Amino acid sequence: MLKVFLERLRQGYRTSAYPLEEPKLPDRLRGLPVIDQAKCASGCEAGIESCPTSALGMKDGKLELDLGRCLFCGECERTLPDGAVRFTPDHKLSARRREDLVLRGQELALAGALEGEMHRVLGRSLKLRQVSAGGCNACEADVNVLTTIVFDLGRFGIQIVASPRHADGILVTGPVTENMKLALEKTYAAVPSPKVVIAVGACAISGGPYIGHPEVHGGAPSVVPVDLFIPGCPPHPMTILDGLLRLMGKIERKRAAEVVE
Amino acid sequence: MSPAPLETRNAQAVPIADVPDLGDEEFRDAILTAVSLGSRVSALFGHPAGEGKLRLFCVLANDELGSLALLSRQVERRFMSLANDCPGVHLFEREIFEQWGVEPHGHPWLKPVRFQPPLVAAGARASQIGVANFFRVEGEEVHEVAVGPVHAGVIEPGHFRFQCHGEDVFHLEISLGYQHRGVERALAGGPDKRTIHYIETLAGDTTIGHAVAHCETLEALAGAEAPARAHAIRGIALELERLANHTGDLGALANDVGYLPTASYCGRLRGDFLNMTAAICGSRFGRGLVRPGGVAFDVEPARSAELQGRLARAMRDIRGATGLLWETPSVMARFEETGTVTRETCEKLGFVGVAARACGVGRDARQDFPLGMFRFSQVPVMTWHTGDVFARAFVRALEVESSGKFIDGQLKALPAGPVLAALPERAPDRIVATLVEGWRGEVCHVALTDERGRFSRYKVVDPSFHNWTGLALALRGQQISDFPLCNKSFNLSYCGHDL
Repeated sequence: MLKVFLERLRQGYRTSAYPLEEPKLPDRLRGLPVIDQAKCASGCEAGIESCPTSALGMKDGKLELDLGRCLFCGECERTLPDGAVRFTPDHKLSARRREDLVLRGQELALAGALEGEMHRVLGRSLKLRQVSAGGCNACEADVNVLTTIVFDLGRFGIQIVASPRHADGILVTGPVTENMKLALEKTYAAVPSPKVVIAVGACAISGGPYIGHPEVHGGAPSVVPVDLFIPGCPPHPMTILDGLLRLMGKIERKRAAEVVE
Repeated sequence: MSPAPLETRNAQAVPIADVPDLGDEEFRDAILTAVSLGSRVSALFGHPAGEGKLRLFCVLANDELGSLALLSRQVERRFMSLANDCPGVHLFEREIFEQWGVEPHGHPWLKPVRFQPPLVAAGARASQIGVANFFRVEGEEVHEVAVGPVHAGVIEPGHFRFQCHGEDVFHLEISLGYQHRGVERALAGGPDKRTIHYIETLAGDTTIGHAVAHCETLEALAGAEAPARAHAIRGIALELERLANHTGDLGALANDVGYLPTASYCGRLRGDFLNMTAAICGSRFGRGLVRPGGVAFDVEPARSAELQGRLARAMRDIRGATGLLWETPSVMARFEETGTVTRETCEKLGFVGVAARACGVGRDARQDFPLGMFRFSQVPVMTWHTGDVFARAFVRALEVESSGKFIDGQLKALPAGPVLAALPERAPDRIVATLVEGWRGEVCHVALTDERGRFSRYKVVDPSFHNWTGLALALRGQQISDFPLCNKSFNLSYCGHDL
């Protein structure tokens, strides 16, 4: 027994101070990409072709980057003219509307809180049922890690629950395979209203690397209405946590309080 | 005398024309003889040979000799099943039936593997997910428990059927396929800009293992080698992947027996190892690191020094965390003699990785078929003989220790030079089989190229494909409440199996 206590002392306190402090993230993290249209003057068409999921495109002569399709592989940084797309270590990526994920050089409109009655019911306590529908276990693992002592999801009133009947919503990963479509629909139907759907990762938002495969549907939006999109392949756990807290209005509120001070 | 199988080595490209094309009996005899002499079937798959024929390719691996052998035969509508004499091929034969409609005649358990549409052009889906002829035990008070595809935890989907008598499990049938994304179909015709992303997401927790196997395959086809420094960084990443996953599993096992100190510590430590991978390449799972011709990120001296410090601290903590397990009687009582798989079963069914080493079988591709840095820096093979949950946990703990030492050694002596080299054109009409010891076990990639050097077939065998049957057998005679513990002790991949 003594050994257990000694080890407990040695292991120390490990819960991160987030959101009071900004998280410490790796310098090479490929987070929010920044587009510089001016750098595309000399032509970006050739570089666009290198994007594995066609997340990059040109519209009205302007470069577009769809975060919902992006695998954050950084290939475009190498093939486009220098500086046209630059990945920053900024982990804040989530959005409430699919179209907000399409970057054209504007600032990303980060997810806002749930509205009205939804916010009243779910803003303080959010119970989620996770459904992996063709996910490769990377998104799943980085959702699961939020329940460890480092992130300690419980302190934000968020919990992953075992049954859809106990849940306020579902958190979907994977491109939604044909073989999981029915199970996803049934799980969604089993969640009592009001309910939310959160799509985590490129697969769940758009199909990711599997876009266009006849074996998959194009992610969660093809089957259920999605309230929160969290891009990445997989998203960093902090990206996921940031998205969840924004949905509950826990980050906005803090910012507003700071402004008042 | 019939032609002998083509002897080759790991990640060595040979002309497809050199692979002997045997008759029905010869093919059968060659495989059974090799297996009786200590080889096992690493891969067995079909490839269309034109004129309505299918050519079956078999990759035999001999762990003791470190050699691979290739053989093939052409079949039309059916062939004699080998599964009764060589149970290790049972799932491969079912896969051939599902993918190409060619029947392994006399197969004892012919059912869908993934409920996927056939790979034959314009083939219609012949099966509906979850609708199968499940094995059933009848009798007084015998009942069936069905679980999944959606499980209670944050975990991939699969369907499990237990035939029970009270709490005792007579039989568990595992029916997968929910994760099928059509990866093998999409890999044919490549490599193209999506190929590496398919490989990195085959089984997301084995990103490095699969990416290394793929890049070694491409390098073999191009007749080139990655720079030494790249090999060292790949080795570091592969062992970091092993550390992270083994640590996570040890924590999960502790959690499943209600021993929370180790569960908490390991949950955090797993993240520390993932973050070390992220320190190298920006991604916790090693996305974007391993690339054909080398690696995309260097580990500069300052980064290496920082990683060494982080590794030393994490290794101390993991030792302390797992040490508690072995000293706690309530943990050991649950681990020992739970979910036992015998060595004989393991040999017969050809299990790989931790599951095999926990049955006392010293099978480890890093030692038996070394590639990259493992040719120069050996990692000891860790085994334990009891075949139970304890053995699978203990082998993991031993491997954590040796992986830590390997990484530390590599970081302290990184070879100088570049980390990425341009690859020449891939050779046409070649076949290459590559084995890499991923954290779960042997990752096997087999590529066949066409006349332009493109993949005409790319076969992937995740270690889980060999080992799922092991979990089913481990449950026999157990209590149904021990399923989560047994499941964690194998921790197999659903998407790696379903592809």
